[in-house]
Order: sequence, then structure tokens, then C-alpha cells
Amino acid sequence: MTAYIIRRLLYALPILIGVNIFTFTLFFVVNSTDDMARMHLGVKRVTPEAVEHWKAERGYDRPLLINSEASGLDKITDTIFFQKSVNLFVFNFGQSDSGRDILYDISQRMWPSLAIAVPVLLVGLLVNITFALLIAFFRATYIDIWGVILCVVMMSISGLFYIIGGQFIAGKLLHLVPISGYETGWSAVKFLILPVIIGVIGGIGAGTRWYRTLFLEEINKDYVRTARAKGLAEQFILFRHVFKNALIPILTGVVVILPLLFMGSLITESFFGIPGLGSYTIDAINNQDFAIVRAMVFLGSVLYIIGLILTDISYTFVDPRVRLS
Amino acid sequence: MTINQIIDIKHSILLQFIVLLLSVLLTSCSDQPWNNPYSNTSSNTSPITSIDEHIAYSSFSERPKHLDPVRSYSSNEYTFIAQIYEPLLQYHFLKRPYELTTLTASSLPELKFYDSEGNLLDESDDNIAYTEYLISLKPGIQYQPHPAFARFSSNVFEYHNLEEEALKNKYTLKDFLHHASRELTVDDYIYQIKRLADFDLHSPIAGVMEEHIVGFKDFRNTLKDHKQNNPADFHDLRELEMTGVKKISDYQFAIRINKTYPQFKFWLAMPFFAPMPWEADRFYSQPMLKEKNISLDWYPVGTGPFMLSENNPNLRMVLEKNPNFHGETYPSDGEAEDIENGLLADAGKVLPLIDKAIYSLEKESIPYWNKFLQGYYDASGVSSDSFDQAVQFNAQGEIDLTESMQAKGIGLQTAITTSISYMGFNMTDAVIGGESERARLLRQAISIAVDYEEYISIFANGRGISAQGPLPPGIFGHKGEDHNSYVYEKVNGQLKRLSIDYARSLLDKAGYTGGRDPETNKPLVLYLDVTATGPDDKARLNWIRKQFSKLGVQLVLRTTDYNRFQDKMRKGTAQIFMWGWNADYPDPENFLFLLYGENAKVEHGGENAANYTNPEFDSLFEKMKRLPNTTERQKIIDQMVEIVRRDSPWIWGFHPKAFSLYHQWYKNVKPNLMANNTLKYRRVDSALRAEKQQEWNQPVTWPLIVIILILIASIIPAVRIYKQHEQRRAR
Repeated sequence: MTAYIIRRLLYALPILIGVNIFTFTLFFVVNSTDDMARMHLGVKRVTPEAVEHWKAERGYDRPLLINSEASGLDKITDTIFFQKSVNLFVFNFGQSDSGRDILYDISQRMWPSLAIAVPVLLVGLLVNITFALLIAFFRATYIDIWGVILCVVMMSISGLFYIIGGQFIAGKLLHLVPISGYETGWSAVKFLILPVIIGVIGGIGAGTRWYRTLFLEEINKDYVRTARAKGLAEQFILFRHVFKNALIPILTGVVVILPLLFMGSLITESFFGIPGLGSYTIDAINNQDFAIVRAMVFLGSVLYIIGLILTDISYTFVDPRVRLS
Repeated sequence: MTINQIIDIKHSILLQFIVLLLSVLLTSCSDQPWNNPYSNTSSNTSPITSIDEHIAYSSFSERPKHLDPVRSYSSNEYTFIAQIYEPLLQYHFLKRPYELTTLTASSLPELKFYDSEGNLLDESDDNIAYTEYLISLKPGIQYQPHPAFARFSSNVFEYHNLEEEALKNKYTLKDFLHHASRELTVDDYIYQIKRLADFDLHSPIAGVMEEHIVGFKDFRNTLKDHKQNNPADFHDLRELEMTGVKKISDYQFAIRINKTYPQFKFWLAMPFFAPMPWEADRFYSQPMLKEKNISLDWYPVGTGPFMLSENNPNLRMVLEKNPNFHGETYPSDGEAEDIENGLLADAGKVLPLIDKAIYSLEKESIPYWNKFLQGYYDASGVSSDSFDQAVQFNAQGEIDLTESMQAKGIGLQTAITTSISYMGFNMTDAVIGGESERARLLRQAISIAVDYEEYISIFANGRGISAQGPLPPGIFGHKGEDHNSYVYEKVNGQLKRLSIDYARSLLDKAGYTGGRDPETNKPLVLYLDVTATGPDDKARLNWIRKQFSKLGVQLVLRTTDYNRFQDKMRKGTAQIFMWGWNADYPDPENFLFLLYGENAKVEHGGENAANYTNPEFDSLFEKMKRLPNTTERQKIIDQMVEIVRRDSPWIWGFHPKAFSLYHQWYKNVKPNLMANNTLKYRRVDSALRAEKQQEWNQPVTWPLIVIILILIASIIPAVRIYKQHEQRRAR
């Protein structure tokens, strides 16, 4: 398995370089280095000299990808792309264009993101699987039909509607929780209740339908028929056998997103005023802070690759037939 | 395990969850409303909602980029630093028109005029080569407590040469054990002026000051060379001289200005001219502190009424009363109506009147508005979304608060802002620009066609007044009774926009009969470059297109992002554009310079985005900017305004009207569009606020019980089906 993991990690290198080139190209297609300088220097009374000085100070006065005036290896290395990218691979994210240490900011802001994402994932899994099992148990009854209809309706509603509706009902009308805000430590709980509930409710439609499909697929397999023929109770078959066998695709979906929980949610964090990494990324895009954008995209890619590797490893635990080689 | 058992377990989990949820709510909120967003367990701000402490609550929507007064130049940054840093002068809180008064200066600057030989001259003399501002400081002003001032008993600074070991577990200024202070002297103002010249600090006003302060440019270049030749983390600016800035004593210094520049006194009231102790510069220059994000751009150090006690712009920023504040008092004079409005009730009281101000991160307007209505923010603007909920027009057509706002005791303040939102013509453009009669008539015709009164009504909820020229109300030179005769006429004492027929006749004279281009015999095509960011923009842009179509002119909209837009403006490739300007200071020069030829954006990189050049206007501008506010100056301004009205390089657009709402417990609210340091005048009735918060935010729990009952009821048919299923015979 170790050789497999090392091989997968090595495969990740060209992927990360590709992602980095892609991010770099996309960013600089939309923003020029002059735009970045003006964004950071402000709107009023910015002189061309100040723009040039800002660029020189941060190394944005070099060519983007190829330095045609340089010779030898400098053609590649004396460019913005190389200078700004090489440190990422040793996880040295450096300073943002506004001068703050990125790694420190990430370390501060990942906790609020996790504080929402982890409960939403766990409670959401519990609720979705429970609903899916119940619907599967009552398959072909009106509970199944109405359950699926309800799921489709819930899937069709925008996430933003749940957020604004939730804030309106729970925060404004019923005065049960704060509309928005955040605190550190245990005081965070009362600020997390609403976003977590909204996150869970927002995911019920899609989650329940997906897991129901998985369970129904299993229910029609031969081993289930055999179990029934042996006279096992339906609930025993469902919760003991079907559930276990349906775990593989569930794990595929869950483990791959585990590392990405750090990255936070853009809309939820913005509406609830939660200082997570989602809002950090969106702020960086709005402020044209390339240093943060590239760091967050790089981090996202790394975490996604880790998620995929973890998924592969988790297969071996839930399905003894799978061997990594 | 049977399904009954599973259902039982599920029920018990659900019940446990509800019990936990309720217990968390009850324990964490204690006697506060459940939806109170301010915790009483926060480590830095305890207890936030105590009625014994006078706290103001507000918000910010994005992290301030710079808190260093040398760089900061936007209103969201001034919200904080104007309460911390104290420039020499300030605007009187109550008097209108805006009046400069002293802050740390003991009196207004004394001006002396010299010729190039150094001979003293009269103010009106044409041979003035230099103006000297003699400034005296109030003695005894102390800085806020700060580790940069802390010394060992040996008198050596404790934190100026930090080792890595000493910085362990230090992430904010609070982690430094010792804080100290020292008296403010003129050296700190001189130091800051030198910092303005530092290339590495990117001060946005360095270019302006280079033009005016004697020796500024030379100092700039000397400092640049000095830094290149002596690379170091800290460069002590005290060691380098700026010829135009001279220390006379610890409490007196002089700034020498080229020729005359009466507007310089306004700069002295801006945070750019706040004092900077060299100790702070030395302290923050340490690379290890920078690595920990402890910098002057993040942790200000000032003499003002407040100090930044918590700086977490991802969550909250807290200003706390500076224990060393010098005891400024609330003004005892103002305008006549200020007494009846209760604005002089605190006259003579020592400032600040609140202990703390808490600014919470609030990115979206909807949550902010709802929390304002719940009493968790003291004041609010009125966004378009909440306009109808907050404001209504009464039978007389006057703006009034809605009944729900009145029932809550909310107050409303309005003020025409000292700003202008306009549509500009690029005067370098071959079709719309230039000095030809044809182009001038075309611009005048378009100015009539674009109905800004309608624009204000549709897109600004009536919040604004149409502009008659570049100067907004509240700025010297603006004449309320005057109107732009090229666009309006007076009918029965009321301003009326000239008719479209008249505008069409102007087009005829220009050679564009029926709006058709004589060269192609097709409708004249013009191009509007505009940034479009939101869904509301589509309606706005369609409206603009319709205004041009009244003349038979076809308007092509070139929507773009702000980067591209700015780029086009710099290169002069835009034809028609929309932009605005907000006053830096209450002087006509700050608006008329937007049309001064030497400031043309394409040629000189200045703020004259229309690239308008008129030698007559420029010469009058040169004369006007050096004059005090006299009738002579008014006459010159009138001439200048008439010139630009005729040439119409802008469609003058409108001056927005600011609406602000405030709760009954929030006192001493009077719009002051020039002063940024008004937090010290605010007073809060904390007991009333706590009472109202309780009253308005009683939790409503019955829907929770209904939801639980519905959930339980929904299980019953499932149980029935399960039983039927169990009892069904095998087929």
C-alpha cells in the first residue's frame, strides 16, 4: 500500500503544476499587474510611479510566463509564474499582496469553516441515511412517493433561499438564534446552530435521494433475496446487510470531501458573517490578491488529491476484496 | 432490533438534541435575548452587553486595507483611524458651513508670506514665493499605552530589539506585558510628513505634497538613495532633513509651502498629517513582528480618544477609550437648531462619551438591517432593499419614516452629500469631444435629453438633487438659487428641464438632423463605457439608452469590469462614461480641479477624467485656488462654472442624499460629511437599549413545539404501514 500511496503522490505533482498554470493564466487573463497595483493602492490620486514601485516591490514587474530578455534557465525562472509558484510546493505561501502572512491567516480561519462543515457533514449524513433507509424500507408506499417528491422539491430550492428564509424565521420572527455573527470557543455554538441546521436541511433533498438509490440498488441483489428466503426480518436485512454493502459508494462520496471541509462555504460564511476560509477566498478574488488566490487554489487541489487517496485506502477497509497495488 | 426500537432510539436522540439545544441557548444567553449576537463570554470584550458600560455597536463589511495614516484614504479605514490618530486640526462637529478648528494644535496655523529673497510680504502680494504655516501644539498630550514606548529601568527600549525567543506566544499587541506612553511633540508630526515622502509607503498624497511642500521632492529622492545605499530594516527618518519642515521647539514647528496653497489647511485636518512616534516605526520595523502580522498597518498608535483594543477584521474590531486621552470637551456652540435638537445637551462634557465601540463583520445588508431592527446595531443607512420598509413620502411629498420605524422610536437624518455623480464626455474623442461648436451643441443636447430627475426618482428612490454644475451644496461657490441655463429654465419659480424639441433643434444646428450622422445618413452611434456589476444594472443601462434614443441617437453600451474601465479612462479610449467624486475637503478647488487642464487623465495622469482643457478656465482656476472665500473668489467661480456649463464636458448628474437611521438611545447624531472623528461625540443610553432589546426580542417557542408534534404525528402512519407490512402474508 505504501508504494501505491507514494506513486499516487508522485502522480499528483504534474496535476498540481497544471492546476497552478491554469490558475495563473486565468487570473492574469482577467487582471493585469497594473490592475492589482491600483486595487491595492486605492482609487484616488494613484500615480504611475507608485504603480511601478508597488509592482517592483512585490516582484510583479517581471514577465508573466517567459522572460524573452533573459538567457538560459532565467527565461523560465525570472518570471512571475516561477517566482510565485515555486514556494507553494514546499507549502510556503508567503505573504498576501496586502502584506499579511497567508499561512497564519489560513490557520486562524480554518476553524470557523470546520465548525460549520463538520457538524453539517455528520448530522447531514445521519439524517440523510436515516431518511433514505426509512424511504427504502417503505418503498412503493405513499411514504416513498411523497418522500421522493419532497426530496425533489427540496433539491430544487436554492441554497440562498434556505439561508435567507432561515434567518428570517429563526432569527427575525422567532428570535431563537442570532441572525448572524460568530464568537470563538463555546460561545460559537449559538451562532452555529442556524447555519448547521440550514446546511443539513439544504442537503436533505439531494442526500436522501442519492442514498435511497444506493439502498434500493442493494435491496434488489441476490444476497438480499437469499436473506429474505432464510426468513430474516426486513429491518434486519436493511440495517444489517444492505446498509453495510451500500457503505462503499457512501464512503466514496464522504471521504473525498473530508479534506475539503477546511475550505469552507462561500455563501454560508458570507451571510452568517463567519470568518472562515470560504469568505477568505472570495475576499481575495474581489481584492485581486493573487498571492491568496493561488495559495487557496493550490491548497484546494492538494486537499482534493489527499481526499481521493484516502477514498482509495478506505475501500480496503470496507471491502476486503479490494487490494491496492 | 425492531423498527419500534429504532424509532424509540431516534426519538430519544431527537429529544436529547432539543434538550441540548435549549440548554445551550439558555446557558449561553442567560438573561439576554436568545438572538443577542454579542456574547458575554468573549475573552476580549466582557461583558459586552453590560448596561454599566457605554458601548456603541456598528459594523464593517470588508477588512480595512490600511490602518497606517500615511496610506489610508478610504472611508471604511477612516472609520477606525480617525478615532485613534489626531491630526493638528479638525472640523467643528456642529457648525455649518464646515469650519476648521483645533485638535492637537493650540491655535489655527499662523500664515506668513515670503518672496524668493525671504522678505516678508502681504497676503495679497503677487510676488509670494513661499507661505509658512507656523503651528503650535497643545502641551501635555499623551499617546495611548503601547509596547513601543516601554523601557527597562536602564532606559533602554524593552521591545525594540526583539529576539525570537521573546516573541514566542506573542500574536497581538496585548501579548506584550509592558505598555507605556510619552508626550506628543512636534517631532512626531515632522516624522509623519517625512513618512509621506517615503516611496516604500505608497502614500496617495505624496504627489500632491511634492508639488507644495518645499523640499519634499528632494527629501523623497534622498531617502530613496539612502535606503538603497544603507539596506536595513529600520531607517530613522529623524536623521534626514526636509528643508520645508522646521522644528522651532517641542511644541512649535513650521511648514513652508511653495507660493500659496490655501487648501493646505484642510490637509492638516486629515489623518495623513497625524503624528507618528519614531518609537512605533522602530518597533514595527522588526521583521519577526512583520511575519506575525504585527505592523503599523494593522495596529495603530495614536493620541486620540480611542485605541484599537481588538483587531480581528475577520470577526470584530473594538475601539476602547484611550486612558491617556487629553480631555477634549464637547462643543458648546453650534447652529441655532442644535439646542432644540438636543445636540448641545452634553456641552462641556469631557470626551469621549462612550467607553467602547464594537464593529462586527457584516458582509450582507439583509442581516445588518434585521439586526438593526432588533436593536443590535445603533444606526443604519437605508439600502434600496429596505427603503420602502423605512421611509415613505407623506401627503406633502416630504420624506418621513414609516409607522413601524416611528413605533420603534427610530430617528432619521438626511444630508445632501458633498459629492457628485456625473456622466462625462471624453473631450479627446473626435465625435463627442473637442471645442468645436458642433460637438458642444451635441453635448448640450444630450445633457438635456438625459433626465436625471427621473434617474434619481427611479434608481435612487428620490435620494438626491440634480446638479447644476460641478459644485455640490455645502461647498463655497455653490449657489442654491442658480441654475444651468443650458439644460434648465425657470417656470413659475420652478426649475424645468428644457424640452426635447429644443434639444433636437440643437442637434439640427450641430448637423445631426433627427439624430442622424450626416456622413452615413444613419442614426448617430455613441458609446457609453460603464461598469456593470449587479442585476439592477440592466434596468439602469436600458434607461440610459432610452434617454439617448429620445434624440434619435443610438447608444451602444460597452459594459466592462472596473479594471478595464480604468484602463480605458487612462488611455482615453472611452467616449462617454459615468463616474463620481467625493470631497476630500470643503473647498471648490477640490471639485473644479477635476476639470483643470493640467489634471487631464490621458496627458497628465490626473483626475480630470473628461480630459477637458480650456485655457480661460485653467487661468481662472489658477487664480481661484489661491484666494480665500471672498466675493472676488465667488465671482471667479461663477465665471468658471458658466464656462463649463456652456462647454458641457459632463452631464452634471446629481448630488446624492444620504439617509441614516438611528435608535432612540443613540444621541448626538448630526451628519458631518467632512469630519471622520465623530465617534467621540456619540452618547448611548445603555439602559434604554437593554430594555428595548429585551422587549423586541422575546423568543417565540411555540412553533418549535408544533414542529416536534408534526414530526411525531408523521411517524404514526409509518408505524401503521410497518405493522401492516409485518402482518402481511407471504405471497
